[in-house]
Amino acid sequence: MYREKVNKGLAQMFKNGVIMDVTGPQQAKIAEDAGACAVMALERVPADIRSQGGVARMSDPALIEKIMAAVSIPVMAKIRIGHFMEARILEAVGVDFIDESEVLTPADPFGHVSKYDFKVPFVCGARDLGEALRRINEGAAMIRTKGEAGTGNIVEAVRHMRTMNRQIEALASMEEKQLLQTAQNYEVPPELVTRVRELGRLPVVNFAAGGVATPADAALMMALGADGVFVGSGIFKSENPARMAEAIVEAVINYKDPDRLAGISAGLGRAMPGLEIEGLVTNMAQRGI
Amino acid sequence: MRVGLLAVQGAFRDHLSHLEALGASYRLVVSAHDLAGCDRLIIPGGESTVMSKFLRAYNLVGPLKDRLAMGMPVWGICAGAIALASSVDGKKGLLAALDMSVERNAYGRQLASRAVRLSIPILGRTGFEAIFIRAPRITRWSRKVSVEARLEQDPVFVLQKRVMATTFHPELTSEHVFHRFFLNL
Repeated sequence: MYREKVNKGLAQMFKNGVIMDVTGPQQAKIAEDAGACAVMALERVPADIRSQGGVARMSDPALIEKIMAAVSIPVMAKIRIGHFMEARILEAVGVDFIDESEVLTPADPFGHVSKYDFKVPFVCGARDLGEALRRINEGAAMIRTKGEAGTGNIVEAVRHMRTMNRQIEALASMEEKQLLQTAQNYEVPPELVTRVRELGRLPVVNFAAGGVATPADAALMMALGADGVFVGSGIFKSENPARMAEAIVEAVINYKDPDRLAGISAGLGRAMPGLEIEGLVTNMAQRGI
Repeated sequence: MRVGLLAVQGAFRDHLSHLEALGASYRLVVSAHDLAGCDRLIIPGGESTVMSKFLRAYNLVGPLKDRLAMGMPVWGICAGAIALASSVDGKKGLLAALDMSVERNAYGRQLASRAVRLSIPILGRTGFEAIFIRAPRITRWSRKVSVEARLEQDPVFVLQKRVMATTFHPELTSEHVFHRFFLNL
């Protein structure tokens, strides 16, 4: 059942690209035209989930199918953490990737979906190396930082990426005994930790997510080592979504070139409104460990 | 020899280990200036819509066509094969360097992606692990195009003079045979 190579391979094809949240076929088309390498089909962007409250669930398959019909790029959709039945349904719908996401209300207080049981690939959020490796060990084909979705505040995504980077760096100087201890702390097989040490990075594609609102945010995350960027509310909660979308895609391509970034960032209109992390009622990143 | 890696979007870094193992230097290409410093070019796998958008936006189409006309070796992978085809989904292709028609995502979405073993006589290989990911399908090809590998009836590795295309992803395997072949093309 588990199709490791083709599923991890699809994630490789997303690299240096931007995956955008869309809530309908029209938005999906705007995202595709702006240069998104995939779209995330959902009923409400995280900023609205946050402000409206209530239980957030998998989106209506009819909506997801409409979005799949509207664009030729891959389509992802979200399930609640641990909700393997929502995953079965999305697999039956035929989505290209499932995001087992803390943005939705968790369904299983004990754990995540066993992703080896599915043909479809999964991406999962992580705040640190241990969390990332636990998800990979469950069969995730791709990782993203959790950040703090729907806030337009990049600080948590930076925290998560820097934490992972530091923990991966620390592996390099560890002796065998420490490595075993680390694997035990992370609750993953030692081989997985050894593999990360050899590679000097996660063994799967790792995107930034949760708080990207401007081209500068996207370029920042690329410079911190992200393979690409998810943008949720940042596009369709901005003043000019089509222009913001294209600018964020261009920022990912040109993240090493400040002169170009200056041009890309100019005259885009208002970015999405932002929120301070301290004032949040719901901290989504803490869902699922 | 310096190999250009089109670095607009997609899996271009996945070629580095292969090129390094074969002792070839490389350069990431996002402008005509970058392209001018390369002897050959790999158009990697990724999203073909993104690649064609920015090949146009960054004024790379003209310079690339010029270099192709001068005989520069180019290898297109999956999305790269789409960029090289003369016809895509019934419309005129972007670079039109391979006289063939392709249909995007013709085998289906990700659930139809698969890894299969292929025979590739020109590389002296049987059982090469070919990874197809939302692959395009080559639906028509002229006599100028030689078919070097097939999946069932469909061409999946084609060659026209010094331009080659694979609809699968050799860069995702640890074998260097395709890169060695390309460097000698």
